This record gives sequence, C-alpha cells and structure tokens, in this order.
Amino acid sequence: MSVIAPNFKLSEFIKSILDNAFWILLILALIGIPAVQVILFYIEMPVINGELLTPFLALTWIADPSRTLPIIKAFMTTDLFRIAAFPGFGFAALLAAGTIFVERKMLAKLQLRVGPFYCGKIEGILQLMGDGLKLISKEIIIPAKADKPIFWAAPVLFVATAAAFVALIPVAPGWVVADLDVGLLAVFAIIGFFPIITILSAWAANSKFPFIGGIRALFQMVSFEIPLILSLLGAVILTGTLNLSEIAASQSSFPWIIFLPIGAIVFFVTMLAELERIPFDLPEAESEIVAGWLTELSGMMYGLVQLGTYLKLYAFAALFVVIFLGGFNGPMLWPPFPEEIITEGIELGPVTAQIPGLPVFSQEVLNGILMFVLKTVGVIFFILLPRGVFPRIRVDLLLDLGWKKLIGLAFVNIFIALGLLYAGILGPGGII
Amino acid sequence: MSTPTLPPGLAIQKADERIMTLNVGPQHPGSGHMRIIVQIDGDYIVACDPDPGYVHRGEEKMAEYRNYVLNIPHLERPVIHDSCNILYPYVLGVEELLGLEVSERAKYVRVIASELNRCVYTMYWLAIYGIFLGHSTMFMWPAGDRELLIDLLEKMTGARVTHSYFIPGGIRNDLPANFEDVCLRQVNYFEKRIKEYADIFYDNPILISRTEKTGILTRENAIRLGTTGSVLRASGIDYDVRKKEPYDVYDELDFQTNVLKSGDSYARSKIPWLDMMESCRIIRDALQKMPKSGSVRVKLKPNPKGAIGSVYKRVESGRGALGCYIVSDKKAEPYRVKLSVPSFRNLIALPHLLIGEKLGNMPSVYWSLNYWPVEADR
Repeated sequence: MSVIAPNFKLSEFIKSILDNAFWILLILALIGIPAVQVILFYIEMPVINGELLTPFLALTWIADPSRTLPIIKAFMTTDLFRIAAFPGFGFAALLAAGTIFVERKMLAKLQLRVGPFYCGKIEGILQLMGDGLKLISKEIIIPAKADKPIFWAAPVLFVATAAAFVALIPVAPGWVVADLDVGLLAVFAIIGFFPIITILSAWAANSKFPFIGGIRALFQMVSFEIPLILSLLGAVILTGTLNLSEIAASQSSFPWIIFLPIGAIVFFVTMLAELERIPFDLPEAESEIVAGWLTELSGMMYGLVQLGTYLKLYAFAALFVVIFLGGFNGPMLWPPFPEEIITEGIELGPVTAQIPGLPVFSQEVLNGILMFVLKTVGVIFFILLPRGVFPRIRVDLLLDLGWKKLIGLAFVNIFIALGLLYAGILGPGGII
Repeated sequence: MSTPTLPPGLAIQKADERIMTLNVGPQHPGSGHMRIIVQIDGDYIVACDPDPGYVHRGEEKMAEYRNYVLNIPHLERPVIHDSCNILYPYVLGVEELLGLEVSERAKYVRVIASELNRCVYTMYWLAIYGIFLGHSTMFMWPAGDRELLIDLLEKMTGARVTHSYFIPGGIRNDLPANFEDVCLRQVNYFEKRIKEYADIFYDNPILISRTEKTGILTRENAIRLGTTGSVLRASGIDYDVRKKEPYDVYDELDFQTNVLKSGDSYARSKIPWLDMMESCRIIRDALQKMPKSGSVRVKLKPNPKGAIGSVYKRVESGRGALGCYIVSDKKAEPYRVKLSVPSFRNLIALPHLLIGEKLGNMPSVYWSLNYWPVEADR
C-alpha cells in the first residue's frame, strides 16, 4: 500500500475521472455550446469573396481543401486574430516563454551549472510548462485581513495592462493591433498604470513586507518614468510624429541609435528599472523583504504576475527596437516566394495541386517579422545579462541615479535632437 | 501577581505611528536560523534585537554523557562546514588532559585539514553573502569551486562534510597515497579561481557603493564589544590566534594576517577572501615541510580517563577565535565542556551596527559579521 495515499484504489480513481468527464460534457452540451453560438452572432466575421463568412461557410474547407487558405487569410484580417494571435497576445506570450527559457539556460551557463535539464528530454524545454501546471494546481491563499476584491483584481489587471502595452507595438509593416496616432502617448499612459497596480496589490495584502515592497516599487517606477519619457522625446522631435509605426518606418535607411546614443542608453537603464530587473530589483529584494510586493501572492496569482512581467519585458524590448533600432526595417534576408508554385502548382506525384491564396504573407512582411524578432531577442538578451553580473543596488543610490544623472542625460539627448533638427541635418526637410 | 517577562518580540509595545516592527526570520530568506527584530522608521532602522536560539541542540550538555572519543562526532555538528576547526580546541584540550603526545606528521596533516576546512567554510559563507546582495552568480561560483576542496577532504577523511577526522592523539587515518600531488594541484587551481572573484564581486562598482561606509565598526568598539576573527581584523586590529598563540605547527609555517582599517561591511567581507589566499599559502608550505612518513595516531585505551583539572584551548576558526574549556574529574566522561564560539561574540556587534542604517543594508551588514547561527546556538 502506498504511504502517500493509503486509501488509493485504481478503480475508484478511474471512476472519478469518468465522473468528471461526464459532468464536463453535460455542462458543455447544455451551457457551453449555446453560449458559444450566442457569442458567435456578435463577433464580426470576415468577408470572403464578397460574402460574409458564416460558421457553416467556414467549415466548407472540409469538402473543398482549396478554400482552406482563403478562409485562413480572411480570418487573419479580423481584429480577433490580431488581438489573440499574431501581433498581439499569442505572439508576445510565445516570445515571453522563449525569454524565460533562454534566461534560465543562459544564467545557468554563466554560473557554471546546467539549468533545467530533465523536463521535456531536450535541455528541459518543457520546464516552463511544468511550472505553469504546478502553479495552476496550487491552492490560492488570501491573507485573512486582505482587501479581497482589490487583491484578486491586481494580478489580472497587471496582465491586462501588460497586454495593452503589447497591442501598441508594430511588428511588421501594417501588422499592429492598435495603430494609434498618439501611440507613444498611449505607451506613457500604460506605463503610468503599473505603479498604481503595484501599490494597490501591495496595500491590499495588508502585510508588512508587501507594503515595503510596494512603496519601493512606487519610488522606483515614478522616479524612473520621467527620464524614460524624456529619453524617447528625441526620436519624436526628429520624426515629428507620435505614431509608432511611422517612427519605425522613418528609420528605413538608418536607426536613430546612431544619432541618439545617449537617449538609447538612458532608455535602456530606465527600462531595467521599470522592469524590476537586477540590478534594480529592489521591490522584490528577497534577502531584505522576502519577495516584496509579490510576497502574499500564491498559486496562479503569482503565475499571472510573472506572465505579466515577461509580457512587459517583451513590450519594453520591442519599444526599444521600434524607437532606436529601426523596428522592422533591415536588409532583405527572407527569400522571395517562388512564383511557379502560384502559377503552376506543386507536383505531388501524378497530380499537380493548385493552391489558391498563396502567398499568405508577403515577402516584406515576413522579412519585417524576422528583423523585428531578431532585434527584439538581441535586446532581451542584454536585458537578461546584468542578472548574472551585478548585485542589487540600494534604494538611495537608485533614486540618486534616477533624479540626478538620468534626467540630465535625457535633456542632453533632447538638445542633441533639437540641434540636429535646427541645423537642418535630420527631420522633415533635412539633408539626410 | 507579577506579569511574567515575555521574550523579546512577544512583549506588547506601545504603538507608535511612525515605527514599524519587522520580524526578519526565522522563516525569512535573509535571516538564517534566527530572528532579527527590526524596528524601522521609514527606511531607517531605529532598533534591532537579534534573537538567536532556534537551533539550540544542547551540545555542551550532551558532551557530559559521552566519553572523550564519542564526543567527537556530535561536537562538530554546530558548524558542519568547518568541522575540523570546531573540533580542534576540544582535541587539543583532551590531549593535554590525557597526556598524549602527537606525532609531527599528524600535526601537519591537522593543519592542512583545518586550512582546507576554513576555505570550505568561507566559500559557503561567501556564497550566501553573494545571494544576500542579490548576486546569484556569486552564489553559484563559490558553491561550485568549494567542491574542489571537498573532494580533497573526502580523500583525506572519507566524508564530504562532517569529517570527524581529529581524534585525541592525532588523526583518524593517514593520508592516501599520492595525496600531496593532488592537493597541490587542486589548491593551486583553487587559488587561481578565487582571484577571479575580484573581477565579478569585489571590484564591482555596485557592490562597493552598497557596502562601503555602511555598518562601520570602529577600532575602539570592536575591542569593547569583544568581536573576533575577520570582524576584528577588518577594524584594524592585527589579531590572529594562529600568530599570537600558535598551536600545533603554525609557528613553523610562513604566513601573514590580513588587516584592513576601514571597519565597514566591505572590509569585513573582504578579509575572509584574503584569508583564503593565505590558507592556500599555508597548505603549500605545510605540504613541503611535512614529514613524508611516520605514525599519525597514538593508541588509545578504551574509555580513557582524564586527570583532575581543567584546560582551555583556543584556535582560529573560519569565523574567529574559538575556545573550548574542559573540566575533568577523573571519569571517562568530561565533567563540563564549554565552547566559546566566535559567532555569538560577533553577533553582539549587530545591534550597534544596524542602528541608523537603511533597511537595504541589513543583509549585507548582518552577514558580513561572519556569523553562523547554528554555532551561536550550539
């Protein structure tokens, strides 16, 4: 008999699983399917060949495989796809998961150890999945004296805010969830939300260590927000627009980091502070204040905050790429789509398959995505690197750095941009 | 009816709106097996009360019920990473009580084992100092490089941490064949490795800005509070038991003590690292001067009985002067064994150093005192 579960019986275990499956199916049939059908009426469906794509029409690809690609392409034009899958949440979450894996393995190599190794056979590639399952299956404990609604809402709001940040990033020409003319202002507004959520969560926990951590986070984020905003203004002065897609497109011949290196450095340092990465991880300094404002979060609440943190990391790295490194611009590395597949089809033995709807993405878009991902991964690597090299900074030194040095440097950057503009070298009507 | 005196931290204190009391520990990543009751006003510490005793195991009382040899395995438990050094004063004292003569080779082997053990302890301490400052690489590197010396000690003693190697009258077993070459090679590599720590840790500008001029212990206060070891040497006092009261063969070996004047956390964290390089020097010197053969232990009678009297012996452990006071009353078991441990003496300085510091300095000042909670509780 097992020591861990003395009353364990396999037959009862299987029975309980079947029981659960039965109830899940019943609930799905009675509530789920009608609910989905009701929701489907309100979702804007794509238009294909001039007719509105209904769910029945969408299923015609089973009978006619040649309709598959046009239907997929029609779906890709919808807002739902953009928000949930490609330039939005799914793409960002995928990059964030990759970031966590790279961080673990890179840090392990730096510290002469192996890192995740067993989970998923190949270099522990499924470790993150295992962690996620563990966090989901853990009990969520709320402190007795916590302000429960706010404490519950804070992790969800954190992820939502991070996802809103992701929505503003142009990934490829024309591929952005929200193409706002005030894009950069929206970025500043979203960054302003993070300290509010942090202090709400910390205060609602009604515990000492989260409270100290929350106050530290507030100090840090508020004092670094000012140099962060100022450091981005150089690029705005030179391009004359706040639209992130236009800022990215304006760097087709050279990235702004060549002319605004000081702004890039200031932005990078403030970015580390906003992300609470080492050496600026004071709000989570474990040897001083346990886990800071995350101390009382348990189970999937903690998992949500971690997801939000890495989404935020991706979004900040992407913003750095868009403003200083040229975004999706770069040398054309992606090979052009072979024309003969469109005109002649693919030979599959005796039959020649004609595939309508090709290519799904144009060569420019694919190359833009490639350039964007390469640059973002590079920036993320440099964000992760200080964790292996630096100890934690102290709060007074941090505020000293933020208020005295970085703000001054950000103003120097603005003066450089203004000088370049008025000398007529760059900007609208410039000689370059 | 008088109210019973409550232990610190449980007593109800008058509420002050500005002062917040933090219980750092015992379940806190930055405390070890103890509690530090800290009162903070904003970010500044206004009062600090270290509260050790969570891992008290009654080692001294246990020693009164076991004979002189059986006491060895449990007396090294308070600091398993420094087990040779914590046994050293006990073994020296028992040798004097029983009237045993130790051979020259055994003395040299003891010195080598004790210096290796000092490095093993210091590496572990340094690893935790790294993680206390949020430097995870500095946690992994010493923990990895420590393996070199642990392998050596395993070859010598058969155990990786709790060696039980020193016995009254010498050492438990002789060195394995070809040990000298392996030891020299590993120690040379170890020294090369720890010199690299300067690049990543000791010369790191963020580390220096964090630890310099924090928790300053002046020369006068260091003497007044009775601190020992690296804390004393970091405050500018050249005191090392190995130099001042040489035991075994330390007077024949060539080494020096490291003294820094500033007395801040940075100096206190640097002294043990410098001492490790001296340890490497001592090991190399001892390997050269050691007699190549000879007996390493005296044959003991079963249940040896000590002469009536008392003896006090001191050695320099990884943390400072470690004394052992043994009273014998002509029985097989000692009448009393008292360990005078350096950790407890260095802890006394903590409330004086932390007052007026920022909360962020607490881990670095606390751990720079070269304190081992289990040893202080015994």
